[in-house]
Amino acid sequence: MTTAQVATEIQLRPGEDERSSAGAAPDSKPAFEVRNLSIWYGQKEAIHDVTIDIPRHNVTAIIGPSGCGKSTFLRCLNRMHELVPNTRVEGKILFQGEDLYSPGTDPTIVRRRIGMVFQKSNPFPTMSIEENVIVGLRLNGLRNRRLLAERTEKALRMSALWDEVKNDLHKPGMSLSGGQQQRLCIARAIAIEPEVLLMDEPASALDPIATMKIEELIRELRKNYTIVIVTHNMQQATRVSDKTAFFYVGQLIEFDETTRLFSHPKEKRTEDYITGRFG
Amino acid sequence: MNNHRWRKIKSALASVISFVSAVLVIAPLALIFFHLIRNGASSVNWAFFTELPKPVGAAGGGMANAIVGSFELLGLASLIGIPIGVLGGVYLAEYGTTRGNWALRFIADVLNGVPSITWGVVVYGLAVLPFKGFSAFAGALALGLMMIPLIMRTTEEVVLLVPNGYREAALALGIARWKTIVHIVMKTASKGIITGILLALARVAGETAPLLFTAFGNRFWNHDPTQPIAAVPLQIFSYAISPYDDWHRQAWAGALVLLTTIFLINVAVRVVTRDRTARVI
Repeated sequence: MTTAQVATEIQLRPGEDERSSAGAAPDSKPAFEVRNLSIWYGQKEAIHDVTIDIPRHNVTAIIGPSGCGKSTFLRCLNRMHELVPNTRVEGKILFQGEDLYSPGTDPTIVRRRIGMVFQKSNPFPTMSIEENVIVGLRLNGLRNRRLLAERTEKALRMSALWDEVKNDLHKPGMSLSGGQQQRLCIARAIAIEPEVLLMDEPASALDPIATMKIEELIRELRKNYTIVIVTHNMQQATRVSDKTAFFYVGQLIEFDETTRLFSHPKEKRTEDYITGRFG
Repeated sequence: MNNHRWRKIKSALASVISFVSAVLVIAPLALIFFHLIRNGASSVNWAFFTELPKPVGAAGGGMANAIVGSFELLGLASLIGIPIGVLGGVYLAEYGTTRGNWALRFIADVLNGVPSITWGVVVYGLAVLPFKGFSAFAGALALGLMMIPLIMRTTEEVVLLVPNGYREAALALGIARWKTIVHIVMKTASKGIITGILLALARVAGETAPLLFTAFGNRFWNHDPTQPIAAVPLQIFSYAISPYDDWHRQAWAGALVLLTTIFLINVAVRVVTRDRTARVI
């Protein structure tokens, strides 16, 4: 098999053509259609009967107090929650119209299309900056060095890290500062060109300057990606998101345009939370 | 006041006892080394490393065949012990059910405590009797089987030390689970895994009992794995129980070389693991 063939093969995913034809304009069809989703950890119900449409090419923020199930919900969107034993899912999640939980769906493929960035930056300690960026491509079969170098530069440029590291690509990923490490993790996630980026409190461990850079980056990535971001920082939600969902004890309380949710919440509990009466 | 003095006395007493215990721990190694150097150093010379054993009565000669034989045995044993031990350890850390793993761990711990002569007898039944002869293969099998539980447990421990965040990060990139384990988890834990392998090698390098009924020993060169082969511990054993002064000296020299080799392997382990704390695990 030639490298070109391999390259097309690992990019060959349903929805790819649709996306390029749709361009950067927000699509009318939602990225995720979640229907009556409930999630259990053993006997404990973490998410109860959530129904929500997450739009494409938008930033959707998920807010709520600790333990309200927002991370659990996020991890369901690319089947990462399955790594915890004894989890059970009821209801339906359609991604671009396909059932994420149908028996024939391979979670590995799901995760290639729906990338994830974690709270704690976690570059692989044995790898250089460049190796970290391309590890997803390399371990999925892309071997062409020229192509890998191109993708490294592209991903690092998109994650606004290229100018800072272009002369140090062979230094260990762990040698970067905390904020740079997190942007490296974003570069690593977008190098495999997913359609969606899930972010689980990506800036909560960072200082204000590094946080600002991550937020700028999120606004920039919005043009090409559907982004779902969990945050416990309401100001951050207002700064980066188009729509906001408020979760409370495992339930979706309110979901609306971010500006409307924060200025005219419909629900009493949303109002209490965003005005700081609890949480 | 009186109470205070009594407490000070107790404290001093405890300090002295721990110090004496610490000395008692170090003393045997120092004594062994001192004894070996006094008795064996004079016989460790060029001939010792390059010549075959001489017949009884003829002075000189060496253990070249036994030294090379030991390395050959360890190499063959590694082919059995390292892959099974490492993969078994990874299985314990990454796969399996809680109950099944508990049983596996328990069995590995029991095997680690099995007297080494038992391994010799078992392999005698498995690989010597059926093929009607002692062989390097049989000796390597005995040593390799001993290495498996040792490597398995150390590998499991270091693989469990790899933070879960790396597994999650790799799986979230759509990397298959086995690739995540091989390329991310095992690579991160590689220093610890190598340490476990070296320690297992150091442990079996000095074993005599498992080789008595398997590799048997040989006074000549042998590179055919289906034939009996010499090993340093075996040579030391047969020289030590002989009635000849010259052979006794050779046994001392062999013991000194063997202990030094094992000592150096342990030093190598320290060097390999030295900057581990600076890294993530």
